[in-house]
Amino acid sequence: MQAQVKQRALPGNESVLRLIWQEPLGRAGLLGVTLIVILAVLAPLISPFDVAKMHPKAKLAAPSFVYLFGTDHFGRDVFSRIIHGARVSLVVGIVSVSISAGFGYIFGMIAGFFEGKTESVILMIMDVIFAFPSILLALFIVSALGTSIVNTMIAIGIVNIPVFTRTVRASVKSVKSMDYIKNARSVGLKPAVILFKHITPNVLAPFTVQATLALSGAVLTEASMSFLGLGIQPPNPSWGSMLSDARKYMEIAPWLVIFPALFIILTILSFNVLGDALRDVLDPKLKL
Amino acid sequence: MKNLLEIRGLQIRTPRGKDVIKLVDKVDLDVGKKQSFGIVGESGCGKSITANALMQLLPYPLEVSGGTARFDGKNGEVELLSLTADRMRSLRGREIAMIFQEPMTALDPIFTVAFQMEEAIRFHNASINKKEMRERALEMLRRVNIPRPEQTLDSYPHQLSGGQLQRIMIAIALMNNPKLLIADEPTTALDVTIQAQILDLMNELKETADTSIIMITHDLGVIAETCQHVAVFYAGQVVEEADVGSIFHQTAHPYTIGLLRAVTSLGGEEKKLYTIPGIVPPGGLWGQGCRFADRCVKRMDKCIKDMPALAEVAPGHKCRCFLHSGEVEA
Repeated sequence: MQAQVKQRALPGNESVLRLIWQEPLGRAGLLGVTLIVILAVLAPLISPFDVAKMHPKAKLAAPSFVYLFGTDHFGRDVFSRIIHGARVSLVVGIVSVSISAGFGYIFGMIAGFFEGKTESVILMIMDVIFAFPSILLALFIVSALGTSIVNTMIAIGIVNIPVFTRTVRASVKSVKSMDYIKNARSVGLKPAVILFKHITPNVLAPFTVQATLALSGAVLTEASMSFLGLGIQPPNPSWGSMLSDARKYMEIAPWLVIFPALFIILTILSFNVLGDALRDVLDPKLKL
Repeated sequence: MKNLLEIRGLQIRTPRGKDVIKLVDKVDLDVGKKQSFGIVGESGCGKSITANALMQLLPYPLEVSGGTARFDGKNGEVELLSLTADRMRSLRGREIAMIFQEPMTALDPIFTVAFQMEEAIRFHNASINKKEMRERALEMLRRVNIPRPEQTLDSYPHQLSGGQLQRIMIAIALMNNPKLLIADEPTTALDVTIQAQILDLMNELKETADTSIIMITHDLGVIAETCQHVAVFYAGQVVEEADVGSIFHQTAHPYTIGLLRAVTSLGGEEKKLYTIPGIVPPGGLWGQGCRFADRCVKRMDKCIKDMPALAEVAPGHKCRCFLHSGEVEA
């Protein structure tokens, strides 16, 4: 009997990654994300050339075995720049999502748990941030703070705070109305204990899903900002600025556009698909 | 203090737009020591929020706007409604405990039963060690007749049935020997056979644990089986109050009569289940007269103009109806 009970406990403890792997889409997302992460982490080891090294004799060279994805108008190796660009994209994505998730969690918790005036004020501020198109707001912030990679991350981070605040607030409110929170209060637990021990773990699922989805949004925003020249600055490689530089040579050297665009699409698609799969696994109720 | 709990003039209200809406209106209740006190009424009568107000657990934006609730606690008499948050917290679980309607959601799904039982002990007994806590939890599970308590302790809520969970909730509630147990529709979500078991269990525990029970329910069958004294709530007021025998046999208020007729019975002669026409008027839509007047079969002209007072119709039996007393509410 003991063994039987233990066995039934298993589905809950089964690794989330394994559950995602069982779904075809989840598997695709996981593979895509893993590929990008490996490329980014190993970039210094596997890139054939230095990102800034120019090859004057091979300007705008077509893809070949030497230059896998061809070269740009300075003769720089596109493949090396793309995998270094993956690094930049992921770092910007992760750091900015951490910023927005961190603040969003705090604001969402406060708004959802304390309700009343505090909630209205927080939501009002979030609505104001929400009202601006995200790229426009990020551009404002960067032009106010100055262009640098850190400021880009801060800008994208701020822009995404409202989404997290709303997600966390909504989940906190629904968890709060559950009887087990009422019960926790009626046995005399302190609000802090209820918040961290009983509410936080129960809102983690939508929070994690939101983080995965926000990551792809952050990558896209960074690419757009760099495309407009207000994101990552040269000589640091970024997919967005590579696309921007490539505009002039699009007709004679299409690989300059194709490969960065392909990687942007691959990254965003992978994270979105992974996010969806994560949601299906963590919170089956949300499945459409 | 003669009684365990004396509620006087309890009022609960909620803001709606610019207005303030009364939800509970001047309720007086006396709960005796070791008594089981039933509160019965339809949904939306203010039964649950009355109980929640006693523990200062009213959901936002509801608030208590008047009245007192004196409670004869373990450390002397306290007034529950004006206690500071900290003192209230030390009372919850230790002196007043509560069980809820939905046992399936009353335990946190991500922690084991043991964790949640220990949490309830630890908070009020700082010095207790892990082993003692587990002993205590096991003992409580045995008291509420859980088969295989050791195993149950290490289960997660989703592995247990509704009946088992409600037993565990009762065990948690009684863990610190509270003087008052508030049971908010403890059997509504359970099927009939389990209902009977849970009610038997509560009766049994009341005898052994020296605890008073406030049983909130809309089921007169539950009242008949467990309570000694009953208050019938209607639209935020007490409309009839008496010992359980008088409520069932010398029923005075037309609303209570309606409730009694609406009880399903096996082998009854009526072919169709009786229902009281209409719904409880929500807060804000109460007229100046009797709040039951709209639905009452014995309505008189007077009922629409004036509010009857809760007057004694027999010793210990109060009723709010002009059929029995001409007294008008001040």
